[in-house]
Amino acid sequence: MPNVTMTVNGKKMSGAVEPRTLLVEFLRETLGLTGTHVGCDTSQCGCCVVHVNGDGIKACTILAVQCDGADVKTIEGVANGDELHPMQAAFREHHGLQCGFCTPGMVMSALDLVKHNKNPSEQQIREWLEGNLCRCTGYHNIVKAIKAGAEAMAKAR
Amino acid sequence: MYNFEYHKAKSVADASAQIAQKSEAKLVAGGMTLIPTLKQRLAKPSDLVDLNGLPELKGIKRDGNAVVIGAMTRHVEVAESAEVQKAIPALAYLASHIGDPAVRNRGTLGGSISNNDPAADYPSAVVALNATVITNKRKIAADEFFTGMFETALQAGEIVTAVSFPIPEKAAYMKFPNPASRYAIVGVFVAKHKDGVRVAVTGAGPCVFRQKDMEAALAKNFSADAIKSIAQKQDGLNGDIHASPEYRAHLVGVMARRAVAAAG
Repeated sequence: MPNVTMTVNGKKMSGAVEPRTLLVEFLRETLGLTGTHVGCDTSQCGCCVVHVNGDGIKACTILAVQCDGADVKTIEGVANGDELHPMQAAFREHHGLQCGFCTPGMVMSALDLVKHNKNPSEQQIREWLEGNLCRCTGYHNIVKAIKAGAEAMAKAR
Repeated sequence: MYNFEYHKAKSVADASAQIAQKSEAKLVAGGMTLIPTLKQRLAKPSDLVDLNGLPELKGIKRDGNAVVIGAMTRHVEVAESAEVQKAIPALAYLASHIGDPAVRNRGTLGGSISNNDPAADYPSAVVALNATVITNKRKIAADEFFTGMFETALQAGEIVTAVSFPIPEKAAYMKFPNPASRYAIVGVFVAKHKDGVRVAVTGAGPCVFRQKDMEAALAKNFSADAIKSIAQKQDGLNGDIHASPEYRAHLVGVMARRAVAAAG
């Protein structure tokens, strides 16, 4: 089996994988990083969004072998120790989660949005979330949280 | 997913040699269609040859009166390219409405057109802009490239390396997206060139096609009014739970008129 090495949340991680192993399987099953969720497993729901070399991608739709040598960031790598990232803090403050299952993907997508657009409008946030589904339908507060999180990130800069 | 051997291509020549050696090998570009297909066990390739990481397949450059886009250029890069936004804003708009942001971060121009999904967005731009598809072996005119549902003129071992899009006088793309997948239920790309108008329709039929009645009318009078009485025939159009052939035919007219209006 091929061996892959990638930097995950700042740490070098290695493991043997079958070529067909998905990145999300490698993260969850080999590395034990279960913060990245599998919702639909068909690239629609966005629960598995992680950053690969800085880009938000669906970890259920990329092979682990394709990420050999890549820099991967998951929800576990977002906070600074016990201190929540401003985007995570905004999700808590604005009640941007109900059951919480979609939240890791929502936060990772929100951070990808801020990379492209530092001051997104409500409309732009809603369009950006096309690929992230919340089955509790808690979108209003998710949108509010992302707006507040983006503003907090701009202030912190 | 069935297992397979994985190879990271070292060059286009290496990728071409790898897929030529093995009859059941497949290329992977962004993987946004291929990986879901493998997961459903709808395909069973012996080998996957990965084109990611080949710098010669990436990039956007202006070449005279055309914009040349490398096959492995991601949708997000086309959408955000200042060069594309300036020269062919309709193409940047199209790229910015494919799938969702995470899909646009991975999906590629070359992968989309080589797969030739009947509901993909890019084939309409390639045809309406009268683009030239450049492969490792030859150049293929847009009208010859798309040959049927999931079928192209590409031969064994042939790999799309870039697409050259001539810059039109004006153009616009309008689509009626499937609300879940964002694929086009119907998408119409209208482009006014110095020597005529091209109207390409995706999503409606088994393969992208030109609406030549509309092209002729728009060549005489480039306005939405000029095509309002032209009805798209529903024979041979797709029908599924999302839209009947009759509805798709109707949408071709609506999207075409909106595209002409948007092109100005």
